[in-house]
Amino acid sequence: MTDMPISGAKPHGGSLLTQDDHTKKRNRAEARFKAYGIVAIVLGLLMLVILLTTIIGRGTGAFQQTFVTLEVPLLAEKLDKKGNRDIEDIKKVSTFGYAPLMRAAMEQKVAQTVGETTLSGKEMAALLSKDAAAQLRNFVLVNPDQIGETVEFEFLAQSRVDGYLKGRVSRDEIANDKNINIAQLDLVDVLVAGGSIVKRFNLSFITGSDASDARPEAAGMGVAMLGSLFMMLVVLVLALPIGVAASIYLEEFAPKNWITDIIEVNISNLAAVPSIVFGILGLAVFINYMHLPNSAPLVGGLVLTLMTLPTIIISTRASLKSVPPSIRDAALGVGASKMQSVFHHVLPLAAPGILTGTIIGLAQALGETAPLLLIGMVGFIASNPPETIAEGLMSPNSAMPAQIYEWAKRADPAFYERAWGGIIILLVFLISMNAIAVLLRRRFERRW
Amino acid sequence: MGNLFSGVSAGVLILVILTLAVAGYFTARQRALASVAGDSRKLHSLPGFYGYNAAMCVAIPALIIMAIWMLVQPMLIQSSVIKLIPQSSISEGSSVNLVMSDVRRVAEGLDTAVAQGAMTQEATNTLRAETTDIRAALAGIGVALGSDVEAPVLEAAQRYRALTLQGNLFRTLIVLILAIAGLVIALRLSKGDFRARNVVEAGVKTLLIISASLAILTTVGIVLSMLFESMNFFRLHPWTDFFFGSKWAPNFRGDSDLSILPLLWGTLYISVIALLVAVPIGLFAAIYLSEYAGPKVRAFAKPLLEILAGIPTIVYGLFALLTVGPFLVNVFGRGENGMLGVDWMSGATSVLTAGLVMGIMLIPFVSSLSDDIINAVPQSLRDGSFGLGATHSETVRQVILPAALPGIVGAVLLAASRAIGETMIVVLGAGAIARVSGNPLEAMTTITTRIVSQLTGDTDFASPETLVAFALGLTLFVLTLGLNVFALYIVRKYREQYE
Repeated sequence: MTDMPISGAKPHGGSLLTQDDHTKKRNRAEARFKAYGIVAIVLGLLMLVILLTTIIGRGTGAFQQTFVTLEVPLLAEKLDKKGNRDIEDIKKVSTFGYAPLMRAAMEQKVAQTVGETTLSGKEMAALLSKDAAAQLRNFVLVNPDQIGETVEFEFLAQSRVDGYLKGRVSRDEIANDKNINIAQLDLVDVLVAGGSIVKRFNLSFITGSDASDARPEAAGMGVAMLGSLFMMLVVLVLALPIGVAASIYLEEFAPKNWITDIIEVNISNLAAVPSIVFGILGLAVFINYMHLPNSAPLVGGLVLTLMTLPTIIISTRASLKSVPPSIRDAALGVGASKMQSVFHHVLPLAAPGILTGTIIGLAQALGETAPLLLIGMVGFIASNPPETIAEGLMSPNSAMPAQIYEWAKRADPAFYERAWGGIIILLVFLISMNAIAVLLRRRFERRW
Repeated sequence: MGNLFSGVSAGVLILVILTLAVAGYFTARQRALASVAGDSRKLHSLPGFYGYNAAMCVAIPALIIMAIWMLVQPMLIQSSVIKLIPQSSISEGSSVNLVMSDVRRVAEGLDTAVAQGAMTQEATNTLRAETTDIRAALAGIGVALGSDVEAPVLEAAQRYRALTLQGNLFRTLIVLILAIAGLVIALRLSKGDFRARNVVEAGVKTLLIISASLAILTTVGIVLSMLFESMNFFRLHPWTDFFFGSKWAPNFRGDSDLSILPLLWGTLYISVIALLVAVPIGLFAAIYLSEYAGPKVRAFAKPLLEILAGIPTIVYGLFALLTVGPFLVNVFGRGENGMLGVDWMSGATSVLTAGLVMGIMLIPFVSSLSDDIINAVPQSLRDGSFGLGATHSETVRQVILPAALPGIVGAVLLAASRAIGETMIVVLGAGAIARVSGNPLEAMTTITTRIVSQLTGDTDFASPETLVAFALGLTLFVLTLGLNVFALYIVRKYREQYE
């Protein structure tokens, strides 16, 4: 018995040792299919790499800032006219009064380094940030005994000067720019060569407060970070107990009836609701109905609690499920009630999983922007850090993602750079939180 | 005395109740132990339970009544004060709610004045709008009012304050009485025979049930809050025009065109492009990782793809606006300077920008869900297929994918629902112009973008331009909910039970 057909034609399969055309076609299709898979993975990873390089490439510039070193003589006749070093009198001199001092200092510096120049004093002083006068005034208010001396200061340079040193602003593009002109750029070059203008690491980007549209060089992330911190505090204090309580009920005590079904369906639906709907809920209930203050971290924390609750419930249920039934039975066997067995035995053993789930939920909540926009955290300049916890919760503030969005909206390349830098800070927080969660999970994981 | 009690704020009251609860814990515990002469074995429950029983009896009724009171009191006061506002005070184009908020603001201003010492309590009661310029007086202590205060508004504000003070006084008294009564009852019960543990555990179970019901409460809250304001909107703007009209052009003169169809088109167009990017890449990546990849490649590539899921959407939005957008303009626009030499695209924001970036965001979503589903197909099917002589790709194409198809369709629908509800990428990447067009290189706006733009900035909650955001939100919620339920239904109906 062979496979030879009666008509005597060659068998279709041929020998196993030589591939016929059909098999070759199938093998080629196999190789193509495998290639598609590899291409897909490579594309996905390529996107990740492009994203990360863009973020790092564009954002690290924000951590460096251009500073101008100036010796400013603190003329007593301008700052303390009465001469009795009374702090109230000194306070009356506004930043307007400090501008001539800085102009004079700038003119002197230019005279020392360059000699002759066509620039006016006003144009020279325009190289400094508009923030510089405030910085000088704050110094004088803290050290009134220095009036009459000449003190060396490091002032922020104006954002166009900063952009010139970072490559953002080039000489051909500034024809219509009213903030800078070619002659000022020449002066900048000379001062850089002389060492009076340096570009160095700027800590106040991380710790400082936000600044208005005209001063991108002074904008910082610090106050927004505090706002995010308070929101995360609210989320932790509210979402963790409620989430764990709901999970314990659903996992240990809930009878299998329709009410439990409805609760479970609701939780899985809430996990898939778009975040902006939570923002609308926050606006309608917390701000319009309960009249909580607009753009307060408390309101943001409440909205984010509602968003994080399903995540925490799902991960807590998984941890509770992973504790073997033998533990529960053993607890009941030594005489504990059901509630005691859950709270004294199951919960402590499930705690590491609950902790990691909470940290991951918090990390997700940290990056949420859409609901915060609706409760008022946009268009708000977070300029003063809160002093007390109550003020931190109730007074209007910004949050990290909302601050980044705000900077992106200002449509100024200097602010775009700061938005990328803010993203780096946000990602550092997220990566560290996720890393802590993974480390904790690995350290405390038990194999039952 | 009345002033003393009514001045007690809610925070202080809560602290008092909590202190009473702690005191009750220790006292009740002592009493229970004393009732069995110190021998705790004779008690029914552990001594601590008697204490917890007392703490619960003190705190829970008092706090519940306080919460209900604080929710109901503003509504009752509002409804009784609204009756005082005469029709004549409601000017043209305004509404009674706006006058009511003026009343509230005046009342709060008077409260601030008393708190800062600028006015005494009696002076606020005897103020008259004709004799004093309230607006200037309040401005002097830092309270800004939008318009001059007329007599009816001032009277309403004074009545509002009086009613609030009275309500607070009663609230404090009743809550304190409840707390003390709870303490007394619990102390009387603290004897050896009392089944404290059962009572406490029943109480704790009730707390657990309430926490679980918070999920339902949230859903109900979402639906009701949007439904309420949407009803207000549909009273001002015909619903037929909203759902079936064709233009979106809000303007504050009042005759806006507010219809959802252009926004729905933008949303769906961007989601389709996002799915066109995410589904092939995600599906093929999942197939390769679960079928072909060795353990080392899997351990390396899977977490890296998951990182894409953990990046906040604001980062993607900025990426779309500042990197992908200009790149696409370079390719498709800019005439002779561009890569293709065409001038099809003028701005960085477009459907293609937002769609591409949203697709990148959805890749890990589709990939990990498909991965789980493909792994769930039993090995016996694969082995049977190999046994019949199929190559690996033929097995995947003809055996595994059909078996996993319901789950994969469910995953795609979930990804679509995620794409429809996404906000930050489209706010930054898609633009603000509402149009219905087939050109993916043009800017088109979406439902979520318009919700953000209508609810930020100057919001007047009586105008249809602001209320439309609630109607949009309700439509979005129903749409995504429908997609999720549909996905669950498909998975449940067509899935094969293998075990």
